[in-house]
Amino acid sequence: MAVTDRKITHLGESVGLSDEQLIEMYRLAALTRALDERMWVLNRAGRIPFVISGQGHEGAQVGITWPLEKGHDWIAPFYRSIATCLTFGMSPRDILTAQYATANDPSSGGRQMPGHYGSHEHNLVSVSSPVATQLLHAVGIALAAKIRKTGQVAMTTMGEGSSNQGDVHEGLNFAAIHKLPFVFVVENNGYAISVPSEKQLSVHDVADRAAAYGIPGVVVDGVDVLACYKASKEAVDRARRGDGPTLIEAKVTRLTAHSSDDQQTKYRTEEELAAEKTHDPIPRFREQLQDAGILTDEILSRLTTEILAAVDDATEYAEAQDDPDPSTAMRWVYAQDWPSESPPAWGMGGGHGSGGEGGH
Amino acid sequence: MPAKTFIEAIRETIADEMRRDESVIVLGEDVGKKGGVFLATDGLWAEFGDDRVIDTPLTESMIIGASIGAAVNGLRPIAEIQFADFIHPAFNQLVSEAARMRYRSNNGYGVPMTVRAPYGGGVHGALYHSQSVEAFFTHVPGLKVVVPSTPYDAKGLLRSAVRDDDPVLFFEHKKMYRSVRGDVPDSDYTVPLGKAAVTRPGSKLTVIAYGLMAHYALEAGDRAEEEGISVEVVDLRTLRPLDKETILDSVRKTGKCLIVYEDNRFGGYGAEVAAIVGEEAFDYLDGPITRIAGPDVPGVPYNHVLEEWFMVNPDKILDGIRKLAAY
Repeated sequence: MAVTDRKITHLGESVGLSDEQLIEMYRLAALTRALDERMWVLNRAGRIPFVISGQGHEGAQVGITWPLEKGHDWIAPFYRSIATCLTFGMSPRDILTAQYATANDPSSGGRQMPGHYGSHEHNLVSVSSPVATQLLHAVGIALAAKIRKTGQVAMTTMGEGSSNQGDVHEGLNFAAIHKLPFVFVVENNGYAISVPSEKQLSVHDVADRAAAYGIPGVVVDGVDVLACYKASKEAVDRARRGDGPTLIEAKVTRLTAHSSDDQQTKYRTEEELAAEKTHDPIPRFREQLQDAGILTDEILSRLTTEILAAVDDATEYAEAQDDPDPSTAMRWVYAQDWPSESPPAWGMGGGHGSGGEGGH
Repeated sequence: MPAKTFIEAIRETIADEMRRDESVIVLGEDVGKKGGVFLATDGLWAEFGDDRVIDTPLTESMIIGASIGAAVNGLRPIAEIQFADFIHPAFNQLVSEAARMRYRSNNGYGVPMTVRAPYGGGVHGALYHSQSVEAFFTHVPGLKVVVPSTPYDAKGLLRSAVRDDDPVLFFEHKKMYRSVRGDVPDSDYTVPLGKAAVTRPGSKLTVIAYGLMAHYALEAGDRAEEEGISVEVVDLRTLRPLDKETILDSVRKTGKCLIVYEDNRFGGYGAEVAAIVGEEAFDYLDGPITRIAGPDVPGVPYNHVLEEWFMVNPDKILDGIRKLAAY
């Protein structure tokens, strides 16, 4: 990057980030959006059966993930966490191989539905479908960090619908009692599939519940990337100092249906959907950086080209990867295979149940 | 060789493992100063302190969920569920999370975690302090389920469980804690998971059991011998992964198979054993595979008359042996 890009503008100075860092944050958010849009195209083209999207969440995810130390700290993410995963080290190829469920998909080797990311290499805990279970895993990771004195911080993220689960209460209580290095992030997009938050929450803000655990609860505009960054930086620093957990609630938008199997016009009005589009973190962040003179036309043009190339590369790469071999389908039930765990009557060959060993 | 009670063997093993490996921690309800409601963790808090012996709130899902996370980040938690009856709030964490973590991440993550829980009836514990819950979990690939019956096995199997890289449910029959004694060597021996033991050789009929029922099966076997019926007893010790070979070898030899378990009969663990024997030793069978198991009521009733009616005991097993032997 050119020397001139290293200057710290007033905007950067106000949050303690260099212009390079701000541009990288924008790149990650925009890359996530482009990847996400590509998934829908591939879904509609019949290439991948299912998409669950993070559109509208990207800015908050990049801002909130940024203060964590990659390869050291931990995140237990959820199924909309594409930007979280990219910011924490996963690649566009990693994301799209998960969509295609290829043999070399690093999240699960093609075993999980798309959206269930995870990476041992990057300290991203494998996502499951029952919601909010991951909060307890992050709390346990934070407990281990405290006991082992590793200096790590563990974060978990989920939607406001998931935040109603009992595991959230149990985990926040325990994390607060022991002042664990833990950050709880709620990405509140206003909907739990079709049910609006006023039918999910007895309070206006999930953050209000933090008071019950004696921990800070912070509400932040999830469209404002730098506000999200600042809130997270404070929470991560606090956690690392040993002062305990923080609840951050980022008010975000859900710019798509819940998933490719959902039709949100059944429960959301056209007016509401149009209004949502004005609360989009990507153009907001872009304009902010342009106004500050950080994101020049030249840089933006270069980024746009690079992002398209990365998405094309990831698509072509994922398309070309092999499906998992059924002969591997009984591996990793346990760390060691056990002879008494019998294969099915039709054996371990392929061929959709058509024959025993060595099917096609 | 010193004789120890079942619970002494368990307590010593936890302490030994914590001394051997500083990544081993204990967490659960009342496990700290009190040392557990059965005193299985007595003395650990004094020796290892707050960091490694953690009194949790009354939150079973958290106990398991946080243990999963701690295991992912380098510890080997031994979680105690105070009574197996109270494990159900943690069912989702065990079944959806602990059991599937390795498979769903394609070996990216494993969960080296031991979950200890006292189970079983005959102690005036009624519906919610007497349950046998093993069948819920033996159904789930990815979990290992261990039910020891002797102090020797408890020690050797608990060592193996703590050192294992997968989640192990370790069910301890609470009636055995102080009533069962046995020789336990001071050496650092282990009993491997997934290996049954023939605890009584015999020729005419095989009784398959585990936990407290393994003792009752031996007693019934001895009495049957006096009546001229030679009974072989197989103590399963690990329910999953199951040692099918030891079962099948025995049944192929005797030709008759009686399966004993304390849990409700319908859909209980013994049903799976029966299915395996039926599928894999059919040609050797000389009588119907038979189950002696708890009645199909929703829990062990409290009144002692009702509890005695519920509980499988040596008399009931002997009756089953006689009928099957005569078939």
